[in-house]
Formats: sequence, structure tokens, C-alpha cells
Amino acid sequence: MKHEYITVAHSEIHSFIQNKYKDGFNYLLDITAIDYTEYIDTHEEEYSVIYIIRHKDFKLHVVIKTYLPTLEIDSITDIFSGANWLEREVYDQYGVIFTNHPNLRRVLNHREFVGHPLRKSYPITKGQLLYETDDLVDEMNNRLLSKEVVCSLEDGSFSECNKDLMFLNLGPSHPASHGTIRTYVALDGETIEAAVSEIGYLHRGFEKSCENHTYNQIVPYTDRLNYCSAISNNIAFVKTVEDMLGVTLSERAQAIRVMLLELSRVEDHIVCLAAVLVDMGGLTNYWYMYNPREDIYDLLSKLTGARLTNSFMRVGGMANDLYDGFDEDLKEVIKKVQYGVNETLKLIKHNKIFHDRTQNVGVISAEDAINASMTGPNLRASGVSFDMRKDTPYYGYEKYEFDVIVGSVGDVYDRVMVRYAEIDESIKIIEQVMQNLPEGDVNIKDASITLPTKEAAYTTIEGAMNQFKLIYEGVKVPAKEYYGSLEATNGELGFFIVSDGSGTPYKVKVKAPSFTAMSAYPQMVEGSQLADAILTLGSLNIIAGEMDR
Amino acid sequence: MELNNPNLPSDTVIVTKLDEAIGWARESSLWPMIFGTACCAIEFMSAAASRYDISRFGAEVVRFSPRQADLMIVAGTITYKQAPILKQIYDQMSEPKWVVSMGACACSGGFYDNYCTLQGIDEIIPVDMYVGGCPPRPEALLDALLCIQKDLRTNKYNFDRHKDFKGLLDEA
Repeated sequence: MKHEYITVAHSEIHSFIQNKYKDGFNYLLDITAIDYTEYIDTHEEEYSVIYIIRHKDFKLHVVIKTYLPTLEIDSITDIFSGANWLEREVYDQYGVIFTNHPNLRRVLNHREFVGHPLRKSYPITKGQLLYETDDLVDEMNNRLLSKEVVCSLEDGSFSECNKDLMFLNLGPSHPASHGTIRTYVALDGETIEAAVSEIGYLHRGFEKSCENHTYNQIVPYTDRLNYCSAISNNIAFVKTVEDMLGVTLSERAQAIRVMLLELSRVEDHIVCLAAVLVDMGGLTNYWYMYNPREDIYDLLSKLTGARLTNSFMRVGGMANDLYDGFDEDLKEVIKKVQYGVNETLKLIKHNKIFHDRTQNVGVISAEDAINASMTGPNLRASGVSFDMRKDTPYYGYEKYEFDVIVGSVGDVYDRVMVRYAEIDESIKIIEQVMQNLPEGDVNIKDASITLPTKEAAYTTIEGAMNQFKLIYEGVKVPAKEYYGSLEATNGELGFFIVSDGSGTPYKVKVKAPSFTAMSAYPQMVEGSQLADAILTLGSLNIIAGEMDR
Repeated sequence: MELNNPNLPSDTVIVTKLDEAIGWARESSLWPMIFGTACCAIEFMSAAASRYDISRFGAEVVRFSPRQADLMIVAGTITYKQAPILKQIYDQMSEPKWVVSMGACACSGGFYDNYCTLQGIDEIIPVDMYVGGCPPRPEALLDALLCIQKDLRTNKYNFDRHKDFKGLLDEA
């Protein structure tokens, strides 16, 4: 599939994207910027902004690039609501001003931060202390004004027209908000009138760290993006790098990757479902759901050496082949997973409390979900059948029999049930993979990409040099800009990588599914009850590591 | 002091030291305040789930209210943005209190040596027990708990142990 890379003049960007939108490119993937100040060859300007949009048949994406003569550009928030936070992030990290943006403020770094950390001139270790957290009052006031809940008086203050509002701060230090998500709500009784979210409490500088490590050293960092399903992040990253290198993996490696992708999808959905039912007060589900996950952990620690952060993938293959007897262990684990899923379904399938608490709660329509750039199970729950495993197959997904699970309403119930059904579909795929696993090598035989065998490294001079070069300098990736993605557990997880031909990426940008899901969250909960807001957050399966990066 | 000795008559008066009795009561009823932010919090969930079952050690009542807790477990990366919140919650906990720093990020910043990660929570609050690992296995967390309990049993609890501590966020 040939994807387009277009360069557009800086003054025409808004009208160009507007026309693209009319042509059916109605799904915004990501916005980011590139700082070319230290790039090997000179570009037109020192800064450029990148827009990645997808066609509504979900098969084709376009990468639009525009160079910035001045650090200002028109905002496209009037076309895509999902652009709001993405543009705020570019402003935060690079200092690009988006004119006509409704709320241009920092989103990941704290408010006392000075400078723009992803610029090449910013030293990586220069930390800045924060003494007092943002109170979000001005953002809340603007939100209330835009919803016409309050009126502004002549002296610049606000009056609550005819409502008695109570302001409440949810999080960040609360298990229901994952310890990292803060939502500030204005309550009228028990109903949320307005909500503003603040994120960035787990912003660990992934993208800046990538610019200082070789490609294989980044794999452990990707583990900690979505820490509930580490292997799928590994695969998403190394797949993008392999596409840039233009190499194809062996049949066996592709099949093992599919199997591990689906296994990590199962374990991620298990955590999400266990947690969302705890948010509802159903602690029993947690005990029944969590034990199969422990069994998956045992299997993965036997295979990779780690329970949670596996770091199993390498550019051009993986760390090891499957061990002898993996097949039987996997069958046992799958039995236990199915048992756990069935037990929890028994508890909730005909449970009136569960149905009343989840149905028609936290609804988001298909149009709104697409416009807000939602993806994965959350988008499918709204009734959009976008699944990259079907739309743009990779690793031979087209050979496997499985269904795309689609919801109808887009409420919490749909999001929970879509995940339950996806566990079954993933198990189907795993069984098909294991039935006819091809024989062969898992690593490609290319001395410039994969490490030599230990025997060669210790006994021959070529092997020793090869090992030394690859470890010290990293895999040399040809100079280009490339966007690659796959269907991870939370949806489309993409990496936009700019390479300058060396063993270290010049820039890496993660298109994180949780980030855009979270940006739609405040609008989703407005008008619902406070307790439902907690459920909605749980059902979106926001993983802070991936959202804040 | 072996209260579980079956040979003890049921209506006996036991003579002991007050410190011993208080230490014994404290060690068997630690209530954790889990400050979980990232991957380590998932491992804490494992420690709380049925296989590892932290309640075997009397530390089950996970209260997310600092007022009711006496053992703070910091599980996960603490960024500069999160630091004031951690400090505030630590200050809200009443004495006696202990702090376990779980995982490489909380202990030292881990491999996030960059502009937004606090290089160890001991820069802002005092820490009693460090657990290494990224993330540590649940057994490692349980081990830290047992170490703190052992300290309490041998009544090493010293009210003034962090009196001179000065963190980055403390008033100069």
C-alpha cells in the first residue's frame, strides 16, 4: 500500500486540510513538529509541522508536511476536535503557536516550565521543579462561559446565573483516576455541568530519550508506554523500523509476533475489565479476572524472563525462539483465561445492577468518536468497524479467521462487551497460529541488522566486530521520514520516525491511542452523574504511560 | 512474647513492656496508602490479588485516604509535575508513618534520566525502604513489608528518625 507524503505551503495548510476533509479524509491521526536545526542536511526552514490524516475507508493515510517561516500556523481545531490536545502538545514541546486555537496552553509539562523540551537546543537532563499545581480555575471558567452556565459581569468576574455550582477535583492521586489523570468538575447537585481534564502527570520524556538512544535501546522504553501489554508496543516500534529498513521477516517470526500480539491483547483487556468492574463496586470480578492474568505472566516470564516489561522484540526479529513445550503451556493458559472470562460473565451477564450502571452511560456517537480521533475498541464500540488487522493487514492477518467486534450505541456497556468478545476472537487467532506454526529462523540473516550468534561473537574476529558495531552504533536506518502503525490493544499505535542515517533516531513521535481518547473524555461526561464519570474513564482503558509518554 | 502459645491459660495477665505491645500491634496492622502511578502499580495489583495476597501480612486494608494509612507505597515514576502532590499526601499522613519506594523510578528515576522525571523520591520525602527492580516482582514488595514489620517487632520505630530531613520542596 503506497501512502502519500505531501508538502504544503504554510499559508495554505488550513484550506488544504479542509479540502482533504471534503474528499473523505475525515480521520486525524496525529500532529507533530520537527526541529531540523541539527539535521545532516539543511531544509527549507528550521521547523516543520506534520499532519497525518486517514481516509474514511481506513485504508490510506496521508502525511502532510509544512515548513514554518515563523513559528505560527493556523489551528485546525475547527475541522477536527481531536486536534485540540495534539496542537497543545506541539505548542508545549516545540513552541509552535497555533492561531485561533481555543485554549493554547501546556498539556504535558507543568505550568512553571520554561522552554520547549523537544527542541534540539534543550538539554535532556535539565529538570525544572514545580512548587504548586495548576488550579485550572481559568480553564474551568472559560469552559463554563462557552457552555453559558455562568455569565461574565462587567467588572470581569463571573456569576453563576441561576445554578448553585460546586467545584470538585477528581484525582490525580486516586486509583479510579489511575493515579495520573486529573479532572476538575463543576457539579450541580450530582450532575456534571462542565469538566476539564489535566494530564501529563506521567510524562516521562519518552520522545526526548529516544533521540539519545540507539534503536534497539528504545525497545525497553516502548515496554513502558502501555505497560499492560508491553509486547505489542515492542512490535509496533520494531515493525516501523523494519519497514524503514525495507526488510521482511521470516514466516515463523511473523506468526510468533501475531500470536504474541493477540496474547498481549488478551492480557490488556483482562486488566481493563477487572478494573472497570472494580470501579463499579464488583470486587469479586477482580479476583476471578486477575488470576488468569497471573498465568499469562508465568508463561511470558518463562518465555521472555520478565513478567510485565518483556522487551522481547529486536529490530529484525526477537530475542529468542519459543522454548520447547511452549505449546502445551499456552494451551493451559488459554483454558484458564476462558474459565476466568466465563466466570466473570456469569456474574454480570444477567446482573441488573451492571446493566443499569453501564447502558446509555458515557455515550459517544460514531461521528463524534471519529472526529475526536478515537481508535481501537472504543471506536468500534461506537459502531465504526475500523480494525487495522482487517483494513490494512500485516504479518499475514488476512490468512486468519476472526471477526471484528462492533458495538451499536457507544456506551460503557458496549465498550466492556467489545473487549469481552475481542478476548474470544484473539484466542481464536492464537489457536490458528499455533496449529500451523511454520518452521525456520526467527531472526533475519543480515549482519548489519541482527546480532551474530554468541559463538561467532566469541570465536571469530568478524563476529566480534559485528557485535561491537551493532551494540555501539546501533542499526543504521536509511535517512527518511516514515509513519508506521499497527492495531495494538487500545487501537492504532503508530510511530512517526525521522531518521538521519545514523543508529539513533533523529525524532520519534508516538501516536498514542489513549491520548486522543482522553481528549474526548471531558465532553463525554458532561451532563452525566459523577459516579458515571468514573465508569466512563475506566471503560476507555486509558493507560497513562501511553497517554503522557 | 508469644501470645499464640496454646499452653497459655485463657485468663492470664501478661506482663510486658509497652513498647513491645505497641510494636506488636503496629506490625500486624499496617494500612497501605498506595501512591501508584505507572507499571509498578500493576505489580502492586498483582500483590493484592489472590495469588500473592498481601492480606496474609495484615497489610490488606488499602485505604486511598492518607488520614487512615500509615504505610505509603510509592509505586511508579514520580515526575516533577506529580512531586507536589506526593509531598502533600505525605504531609497529610499522620505519624507513625513509613514509606516504601517501589521500583527503580521511585528510587532513583530509573532509566528516565531526563527533564521531567524526579531522580528519586528521596529528594522530596524521606524513605524507609527501597525495593529495586523494574518493576519488582510482588515477592519483592512483600519482602519490603516483612522488613518493616521486623523493624517494628524489634521496636526500632523512632519518631525522630527524619527530623532533619530537608527536601527540595520544603520551605528553605
